[in-house]
Amino acid sequence: MTMTGAQALMESLKREGVEVIFGFPGGALLPVYDALHAETAIRHVLVRHEQGAAHMADGYARSTGRVGVCMATSGPGATNLVTGIATAYMDSVPIVAITGQVPVPAIGRDSFQEADITGITMPITKHNYLLKRVEDLPQVVRHAFYIASTGRRGPVLIDLPRDVAGAELEYEYPEKIDLRSYRPTVKGHELMIRRAAEMLAAAERPVIYAGGGVIASGASEELVALAERLNAPVTTTLMGKGAFPDDDPLCLGMPGMHGTAYANYALNDADLILAVGVRFDDRVTGKLDTFAPKAQFIHIDIDPAEIGKSVAVAVPIVGDVKQVLTALLKRVSAREPGPWLATVEEWKQRYPLRYKTDDGLKPQFIIEEICRATGGEAIVTTEVGQQQMWAAQYYRCQRPRRFLSSGGLGTMGYGFPAAIGAQVGNPDAAVWDIAGDGSIQMNIQELATAVSNALPVKVAIMNNGYLGMVRQWQELFFDRRYSQVDLAVGMPDFVKLAEAYGAVGLRVAEPEEVRPAIDQAMGVKDRPCLIDFWISREENVMPFVPAGGSIDQMMID
Amino acid sequence: MKHTISVLVENRPGVLARAAGLFSRRGFNIESLAVSNTEDPATSRMTIVVEDEDKPAVLEQITKQLYKQIDVIKVMDHSDESVISRELSLIKLNADPKSRAEIMQLVSIFRANIVDVAEKTFIIEITGDADKIDAFEGMVEKFGIQEMVRTGRVVLVRGGAAT
Repeated sequence: MTMTGAQALMESLKREGVEVIFGFPGGALLPVYDALHAETAIRHVLVRHEQGAAHMADGYARSTGRVGVCMATSGPGATNLVTGIATAYMDSVPIVAITGQVPVPAIGRDSFQEADITGITMPITKHNYLLKRVEDLPQVVRHAFYIASTGRRGPVLIDLPRDVAGAELEYEYPEKIDLRSYRPTVKGHELMIRRAAEMLAAAERPVIYAGGGVIASGASEELVALAERLNAPVTTTLMGKGAFPDDDPLCLGMPGMHGTAYANYALNDADLILAVGVRFDDRVTGKLDTFAPKAQFIHIDIDPAEIGKSVAVAVPIVGDVKQVLTALLKRVSAREPGPWLATVEEWKQRYPLRYKTDDGLKPQFIIEEICRATGGEAIVTTEVGQQQMWAAQYYRCQRPRRFLSSGGLGTMGYGFPAAIGAQVGNPDAAVWDIAGDGSIQMNIQELATAVSNALPVKVAIMNNGYLGMVRQWQELFFDRRYSQVDLAVGMPDFVKLAEAYGAVGLRVAEPEEVRPAIDQAMGVKDRPCLIDFWISREENVMPFVPAGGSIDQMMID
Repeated sequence: MKHTISVLVENRPGVLARAAGLFSRRGFNIESLAVSNTEDPATSRMTIVVEDEDKPAVLEQITKQLYKQIDVIKVMDHSDESVISRELSLIKLNADPKSRAEIMQLVSIFRANIVDVAEKTFIIEITGDADKIDAFEGMVEKFGIQEMVRTGRVVLVRGGAAT
């Protein structure tokens, strides 16, 4: 069948099951948007800034498990995607980014709106393509989706020159994929699995340290089964939040810099750590030399390059977490809860997450209230900073793909567009962005996207008039010299701002107003609702392990 | 310790930039790099000499990160293998009538070639492993090296085994 490159792109996206594209048009994409105009099976969400499109595709992907698609024109459109692509790369999120490019003869000539986006995104994509021949298009799209959604997930970019989009080809979609240079190992090595089972049986103080890989491979059930069988406590990273229910008695919450004291003490005292789909990030380990000094490690990960990257591993298992845990479950037998669990329980009692309720409105309380109001079933996104850590600590998440946060790159401005993407992918879910007054202003323009698509996303701004996390560091390590963190002057009236966009805006300054406002927001079904919570200004995130410190030495409050 | 690794890659645009970029952004040092066609037009071979700072984990990371690139088919470390290893150097050497005889003797001993003769200079071509070329350079330095250029190392495994 003869069609244009742009039509072939639409056809191929449909073959890949794409139902929505988050995008913004432009000159180099005119043929593509023309083909899209005739398309009924693919929804297009018109964003207001391309960064929003990338984060929406990311939020869609994280919350649904499907590949998210974003699209932007050449030059500035493409470079505006970069932060979103890097965010997805650091957190291993499957997205396909399609960028327009100047026509092939104009490439490399500093043409209008030309940017070398494949060059720019080389270090932040799993793979990328500059499509110079229209006949390669179907296969490139096929490979892009395959690469993004298998192995260690990640973003793939396709750069499509305008003349290629307009050129004709005989369309045929390749059924088979044969990439000799890309064959991820999914099945764990039998011998290693046997050894892991032996070590788990012999361990006295085991801890399971679980991360985003568990969610990516859909292995939460297996993880719960294994933890229960072994009676081993489980700490979940920021990326792994929801992989193991926060309400499970074996759950230790988050480890690391702002982790729970008991998670850090457990890691510090463990004799065996089963690391599952994690990468020993510096925010988890603190000072590497003193991380888990008594422990041996079993490390399960789909990416061989993560194994041995930061810590020496006794038993490396390369493979898909679900498959490996399934195999491991066949080999481990039940263990009774022993003195180790009693010790952990004692730490939990002695050093719980806590905050003072003395003065003003506490962000932790607000997040607990949102959790209660949503039964822990909402999809929660966060921005980056104090609110992100409070959300991770106090929102008790029971299921995977319900907590979306920029963990690796730490992108302010992620949460709101990610929430929009999640809402598009989960129309019936309650979606809450836990935001800060700084972060929300980084992609506030997407209110227009949410309004125009009638998306009932909720935004809870923890408004302290500060870049709170930076302020906290300046308070604790720079003698309260608050340098360029005060946002109070120039603070917009968020209620009016929401209303200006056609959204609902609410303001809350007193604790007793919190729940009614949340309930009111939950009742808004046809547009976004933003709540401006005026929280106590100098509230800190605790516990706190100073950067580069050992995780057993933390400030508790 | 220096390691020589062969990286067999799909012959596609960007693959060299991808591999080279990987080294710089992960802080690995490339001592030399040679890229060429192979017996199969669909593939290229990159031969890379790297310094591992005597930490085995460094080479392991380099290998794994290279493998992670979608277009990389195979990565082989040849440090413990029996390989034929060659570099080529062109040296423009001062060659006045007094020193010419001695230079020609050295060229003959090292089985190098004089490929250009001018009034005051020779260009000498020498092929061999790194030690041989280093040794030759050391011997002719005293005559005055005007310019020099040297290729990256290329290797093939001896015998029937694949590189």
